[in-house]
Amino acid sequence: MAFTLYSLLQAALLCVNAIAVLHEERFLKNIGWGTDQGIGGFGEEPGIKSQLMNLIRSVRTVMRVPLILVNSIVILLLLLFG
Amino acid sequence: AKRRIPVSQPGMADPHQLFDDTSSAQSRGYGAPRAPSSLGYPAASTSPQAAFLADPVSNMAMAYGSSLAAQGKELVDKNIDRFFSVSKLKYYFAVDTVYVGKKLGLLVFPYLHQDWEVQYQQDTPVAPRFDINAPDLYIPAMAFITYVLVAGLALGTQDRFSPDLLGLQASSALAWLALEVLAILLSLYLVTINTDLTTIDLVAFLGYKYVGMISGVLTGLLFGKIGYYLVLGWCCTSIFVFMIRTLRLKILAEAAAEGVPVRGARNQLRMYLTMAVAAAQPLLMYWLTFHLVR
Repeated sequence: MAFTLYSLLQAALLCVNAIAVLHEERFLKNIGWGTDQGIGGFGEEPGIKSQLMNLIRSVRTVMRVPLILVNSIVILLLLLFG
Repeated sequence: AKRRIPVSQPGMADPHQLFDDTSSAQSRGYGAPRAPSSLGYPAASTSPQAAFLADPVSNMAMAYGSSLAAQGKELVDKNIDRFFSVSKLKYYFAVDTVYVGKKLGLLVFPYLHQDWEVQYQQDTPVAPRFDINAPDLYIPAMAFITYVLVAGLALGTQDRFSPDLLGLQASSALAWLALEVLAILLSLYLVTINTDLTTIDLVAFLGYKYVGMISGVLTGLLFGKIGYYLVLGWCCTSIFVFMIRTLRLKILAEAAAEGVPVRGARNQLRMYLTMAVAAAQPLLMYWLTFHLVR
């Protein structure tokens, strides 16, 4: 049961990388999860799907630059220390 | 009464001291210069090591060092509010013995308690000292540390103990807690539930299961597997009921206040979420302790 904080951090980094790698035009639009397809009416219930799409879009927008930095640091550390 | 390990909390004993002065003879004499003192402050007047401190250079060095420490303390005090609000955190530690005793009793026997509402006092929740329904962080923190120590004890009785296993247990339990908090926050966001359930509240509620885990493991150590399963089963059901009754007020509060079930599907989703959160507690309680009792 080696589920430590370090492995949680690793998993979180990999998940955020996975979200950032989803291509807008080739993939998300094809399955109907594009950023311009989500804005339904001005209803009160956003619904789970539009919340998810909002989440993906905001994660991609916010984490683009920090991910570059964090990934470079992690690659460097893994190269040096294995 | 639960066995409590006296961990000294820096916030409780002396809120103004950043460091522990471990030199016993000098601690009396240096209890005074906490305010920023000038360089000529004669601090050596009451110290028995007069020869060492009569030297004016070391006088000045001590006074300068103490003033530096005081300025550092002021700097930290001013800037820590930017990262997380210490006063809000202090609310969760405003407990007393009566509250802790009653809360522990409520955690293992929540079936007779009638009123689960948190009392408010002019829009802010009342401190845990005055209301048994308010969440606190003292019990979860203490229970977590006790769990790590009891896990070490249990591993020791099985001859499987080594010091780094303690760190591994603590890290593992913390990782599960973080994962739970993230999962619940994610599902609360996805289902667009607007609650006043803050993250710290959630950490407090999720930390209450450590009490059941500790009692299960201790009973397992004393009475073998039968005792472990009995006590763990009892604590699992009581934590399940406790979580449902507490979260129902927080998550389903709007629906309960409206009274009219307008959107049936949404209330159903909230109910499912509450049940899922409550059901995850016994599972985690079992998962984190079964390897300790053999």
